[in-house]
Amino acid sequence: MTQVMESEEIERALRRVAHEILERNKGAETVLLVGIHTRGVPLAERLSRAIDEYENVKVPVGTLDIGLYRDDLDHRPTTELDATFMPEDPTGRIVVLVDDVLYTGRTIRAALDALADLGRPQAVQLAVLVDRGHRQLPIRADYVGKNLPTSSSERVTVRLQETDDKEGIWIEERA
Amino acid sequence: MKHFLNTDDVTREDLESLLDLSDEFVEVLARPIPKVPALRGKTVAMLFFEASTRTRLSFERAAKALSADTMSFSPSTSSLSKGESLKDTALTIKAMGADALVVRHQSTGAQWRIADWTGLPVLNAGDGAHQHPTQALLDALTIRQHFGSLDGLRIAIVGDIRHSRVARSDISAFSTLGADLTLVAPSTLLPVDLEGWPVKVAGSIDDALDVDVVYLLRIQAERGGASVFPSLPEYVSRFGMTRERFGRLAENAIVMHPGPMNRGVEIAPEVADHPRARILEQVSNGVAVRMAILFRLLGGEVHDA
Repeated sequence: MTQVMESEEIERALRRVAHEILERNKGAETVLLVGIHTRGVPLAERLSRAIDEYENVKVPVGTLDIGLYRDDLDHRPTTELDATFMPEDPTGRIVVLVDDVLYTGRTIRAALDALADLGRPQAVQLAVLVDRGHRQLPIRADYVGKNLPTSSSERVTVRLQETDDKEGIWIEERA
Repeated sequence: MKHFLNTDDVTREDLESLLDLSDEFVEVLARPIPKVPALRGKTVAMLFFEASTRTRLSFERAAKALSADTMSFSPSTSSLSKGESLKDTALTIKAMGADALVVRHQSTGAQWRIADWTGLPVLNAGDGAHQHPTQALLDALTIRQHFGSLDGLRIAIVGDIRHSRVARSDISAFSTLGADLTLVAPSTLLPVDLEGWPVKVAGSIDDALDVDVVYLLRIQAERGGASVFPSLPEYVSRFGMTRERFGRLAENAIVMHPGPMNRGVEIAPEVADHPRARILEQVSNGVAVRMAILFRLLGGEVHDA
């Protein structure tokens, strides 16, 4: 297992992404950050804190469980759901979806469907900590913490302090 | 979990996990578009061998909110009136492509036989006077929404316990979740043998008003419930939730009823319409818990046919 990012590098990448979100949207007044469970949620919260630090704007953070929208339901080991919660109506806002790893794009496809049932955002953007390639759908990220070229036989593991009590990104050959 | 047949053998952990899942479906039902694609392509068949309006409609709403298709069946229009056996009816509906069966039947245990014959996930929507487990789950959810937990709550169940499948399912679910139960009924409407039930018994509702929840049951004329006490006024005088008794409840206590209500018998009209009567919340929660059960049984894994 090779470590490709440490905690400080993750923080640095998130600070850059926060700046990019501000730059691209000319501020953060209408932005709504929406974290995709599980690790997208603490990442969205960190982005919100960073934006508050730079611009003194409190960007609301929503959470999204895409378990009811997946296209591979029959292969899921679990039927547990986490909370879907929108602190503000997403209609008319710029929604920035936040997830840890962008891979096939299927999670994001499900998240877009889920979001469409919750309102009609003015625009939807995507921020990910890691883009590892191998898309199976026409989906791309607007903000990327780190581009990580991988082969399909490798596994990318993200651990965050809030969810895992340790932090870093690792890459390993699938067993 | 393959079936949902009764509340007796469901562990506390499983009950709480189902209630947590139900909370998420309460949120789904509050959305601008209260429908999710989770069970797209699945078919849920409703087999109601005994009349039902609210439970059948609630299951249909739940299945449709999960994007499942539904097929419905009622005995008056079916081949049962032509003499077809229960087994042949069940296998016929399976052959049409049902993925799960929601079954209500007047005979205790019919759902267990149907589960054996078909191998499909079966949801018990009421079997005789035996079990009505989704009702227990929606009742537990309603109580949990108000109090946060059932642990240590005092709950009085009042009325026709003997003929009530709701009471049987509620008693085991509530006690599994840690509640302290008192049954209130005339002796003629108590089960013949209470040996081993985790309950206390009171002979009048006046002895059971120091509680957090008063759960009123319907007098079930169709199961012989009305013939075993002298008169309705006498029932009301000892077991009815009158306005006066409601005033003696603790300020945070709630009143529940599985419906359909006999206003003026089990419950005074003013009590039924009071905000601390949670009867319509029970109905709304019914859709959410049935979504949770359907999703738990059909959403997660491939079932062997």
